[in-house]
Amino acid sequence: MGVGNTLSAGASRLIDRWLFRLGAPEPAPIVLGQRRIYVLPTAAGYAFGVALLVMLIASINYNLSLGYALTFLLGGVATASIIHAFRNLLHLSIRSGRVEPAFCGDSAVFRLLIDNPRAARRPALRLRARGESTSFELPPGTNAEISLALPTRTRGLLPLGRTVIETTWPLGLIRAWSVLIPDIDNLVYPAPELDPPALPTQGAGDALGQRSMRQGDDDFAGFRSYQPSDSPRHLAWKVFARGGPLMSKQFSALEGGDLELDWFALPDSLDDEARLSRLTAWLLIAERSGHRYALKLPTLYFPLATGPQHLRQCLRALALYGHATPGTRHVQAS
Amino acid sequence: MFRQARRKALQHADSAALRRDQGAWLLGAATLTLVPHFVTLPAWVSMLCTLLLLWRGTSLWRGQGSTNRYLILLLAAGAGVGVRLAYGHFFGKDPGIALLAILLGLKLLETRSMRDIRAAVLLCFFLQLGLFFENQTLPVAALALAACLLSIGSLLALSDPDAGTRERIRTSALLLGQGLPFMLVLFVLFPRVQGPLWGLPADAHSGMSGLSDSMKPGSISELSLSEAIAFRAEFTTTPPPPALRYWRGPVLTDFDGSTWRQRIHTLGDTPAYVPTGQKLEYRLTLEPHNQRWLLALDYPAGPLPGARFSSDFQALSQAPVRSRTRFDLAAYPNTTIGIDEPQRVLNAALRLPTSGNPRSRALAQELAADGPSAAATLDRVLAHLIAAELTYTLRPPLTGSDSVDGFLFDSRRGFCEHFSSAFVFLMRAAGVPARVVTGYQGGEINPVDGSLVVRQSDAHAWAEVWLPQRGWIRVDPTALAAPGRIESGLAGSLPVGEALPLFMRPQFSWLREIRHHWEAVSNSWNQWVLGYNPERQRELLSRLGLGDVHWSALLGLLSLGAALLMAALFAWALRNRRNTDPLDRAWAAFSAKLDARGLGRRPAEGPLDFGRRIAAALPVQAEALNEIVTCYAQLRYRPPADPAAIRELNKRIRTLKLT
Repeated sequence: MGVGNTLSAGASRLIDRWLFRLGAPEPAPIVLGQRRIYVLPTAAGYAFGVALLVMLIASINYNLSLGYALTFLLGGVATASIIHAFRNLLHLSIRSGRVEPAFCGDSAVFRLLIDNPRAARRPALRLRARGESTSFELPPGTNAEISLALPTRTRGLLPLGRTVIETTWPLGLIRAWSVLIPDIDNLVYPAPELDPPALPTQGAGDALGQRSMRQGDDDFAGFRSYQPSDSPRHLAWKVFARGGPLMSKQFSALEGGDLELDWFALPDSLDDEARLSRLTAWLLIAERSGHRYALKLPTLYFPLATGPQHLRQCLRALALYGHATPGTRHVQAS
Repeated sequence: MFRQARRKALQHADSAALRRDQGAWLLGAATLTLVPHFVTLPAWVSMLCTLLLLWRGTSLWRGQGSTNRYLILLLAAGAGVGVRLAYGHFFGKDPGIALLAILLGLKLLETRSMRDIRAAVLLCFFLQLGLFFENQTLPVAALALAACLLSIGSLLALSDPDAGTRERIRTSALLLGQGLPFMLVLFVLFPRVQGPLWGLPADAHSGMSGLSDSMKPGSISELSLSEAIAFRAEFTTTPPPPALRYWRGPVLTDFDGSTWRQRIHTLGDTPAYVPTGQKLEYRLTLEPHNQRWLLALDYPAGPLPGARFSSDFQALSQAPVRSRTRFDLAAYPNTTIGIDEPQRVLNAALRLPTSGNPRSRALAQELAADGPSAAATLDRVLAHLIAAELTYTLRPPLTGSDSVDGFLFDSRRGFCEHFSSAFVFLMRAAGVPARVVTGYQGGEINPVDGSLVVRQSDAHAWAEVWLPQRGWIRVDPTALAAPGRIESGLAGSLPVGEALPLFMRPQFSWLREIRHHWEAVSNSWNQWVLGYNPERQRELLSRLGLGDVHWSALLGLLSLGAALLMAALFAWALRNRRNTDPLDRAWAAFSAKLDARGLGRRPAEGPLDFGRRIAAALPVQAEALNEIVTCYAQLRYRPPADPAAIRELNKRIRTLKLT
């Protein structure tokens, strides 16, 4: 990164601070008032301006009264289009929506709720953040959920940050935009290791291969009488067809016992990120196979449990490992 | 309650393939822009453009994308060579328009990116301007406006592919409507400069018709089939009677046996006579004819800004009249002219070719055999011409090399140039100075706006004879054979059965009526829109009480006007349209009422929860509040809501008094 880049980055930060009055994330809802909408011509707009100048000179040179009229009319239309572009953004109100955490390398999806209070369509809008953009339009008088998928490169907390909502409607000659920092951030989990070694087997110490009546999907273990909560997939249709009672098939999980995923039990050759990757992969495998698992990190301990809630907590701890402890807002991924 | 926004497929901004409806808009705009040019473009360019439009149309219909880039480059190069060959150069409006037209056709085929499409729309705008080079009449203006609307619609279709056709038309019309006030302000206040800014290419003034500076048999009868307007005159007083409507053009003295030509004359700032007698003031609006003569009514008074007066009593403009120009003139029809004419002028007006037309010479010598006075000679020549029973016709037979003899003795049929030519020849042969004067005679009062309209078909040639002590006397030999020519124009003077221009035929008087109206509108259009030049701008501003405005003040005024318009548009944009759903309005009013009591509805609170809370807070009115809330909930959640019930609810909310 050269000096020029640093300079321009510094300049754009300065512009953000002084012109766009940006700093910390703004509380929702962010309403686009007239003072935070900016307009400038696009490249096509400058080309149009040059074309109008040529037309004006031709009109003067050939004394074309109607040439003047056409040039001035087009100039007036372009001027009116400034107001139209501005009006296309005016009074939109933006709130944070749900986020979908992602594993590092995947796309993290941010959702913004954009409300259009006017009883008219808002066409050709575009949302840009971190080099990604999405085009959308808003139906009259209602709100819509706009999602923006951002690529992820590092684990941790990913704020949406500096976001631009813009439009070049109606003629593509004028760009109206507003810069905002919505109060929304997403969580990027470490990328799971691609080919992780088998799950560690230490822990509760029971022998391998012991059948347990903790319900799993692995092995058929027998019948029991049907209970209303049983899955229809597990109904013993053959028994029922023979005229027998309604029975459910019982399966048992092949339980390797409870697991403890321990940071310190990992080989010393692994660095922090590799450890996080492996733990992530193990957490996913453990959750899928129905084990109860505990996670032990240098500063945190999650006791034995299972289920999506537990998984999320563990993954979150891995995502934020080594980062300054963030606030607890927006942890609820759905 | 979210409605999932319709999301376009994420497309890269600069590589959009043209969708069919977008293409149709662009094609429509291009077609409407190009087709009016076919009138003036060379046939091969029109053909090429038609083919390109059709090609684009079919490829669009079949859903094909852009055409091969190299093929287009090849075609463009070919077209460039073609234009170079056809015109000999690239500079100037005609080759420029031809090139632009072909370029637009080709650009339509190459719509690879948004930029290509926008470039095509810009070409459309240029070509719409190009329409005005040839023609600035109202219909062409309307055509250009329609093409402009479609072009704006195409830009709109590009930036908003999801809008319907009607919405696009509405938005384009709204944009045009909002652009219109800006146009008016700019049109009136933009400091006008009299062009050209630099020398115009040679072809800038082609295609202007009118009198020429010489006359030979057939040159005026050619003009008289044209219904084009030569000029208009608006008199402040009563217009002169037809017999006095002689509009002076070139005065032709030199005769070589077949062609009459102008003689060198001197120029002065004032006319070479003293205007006397009745004064007629009028404003002359001259159509461009690329010549210097003003065609003033005999005899103009000077001095006149921008004009000079020749020694043969013409008013001449400083530069050729290349745009519609107005002159405020005064005419003194009863002035005596040329009493002190120098001898060399009179000698020139006596000169005849050494040979030719022997029969006419003999006739003249016979008429002047006894050496009568010039006035008597004039009477005799006129008498002879009357006795000869010559016929006035639009289509005289061709005469041989002795054109005067042929007309007077053989065919005896001729148009005004034959009459004047023969008369002047006879007078000179009889020893009286005489010359041919060309110009226009007559004109028609438009009953709609009272202006006098003079057309090319009113082109005329008459004669002047110089008599001692009386100077130059106007003689119109045509009137001898066809007195109606002077009183009622061409239509009244031709024999029955002559093919007249359509509008002159008596059975089409209703058509003339329509034309009168149309020309009155066109005249205002010409005066106020097309003729809005630096002088007119000054005149208008001083009439508005602004006096003589400096151009910088004009710019200030312009900025002020534009700023006011911008503020109006801004106010329009800020105006938050009220909620259109009456039920929502009623509910909002109810919530506001309770909010005033500190019991505002919380954002997450449904109507029934809200009702329970406020009923608990205001137990005295619990029943009334409950009724309103239940009623609202029913109307809201069990549509369709009955308008009468909404009105009833509204009334209840209005009359609710919170204690």
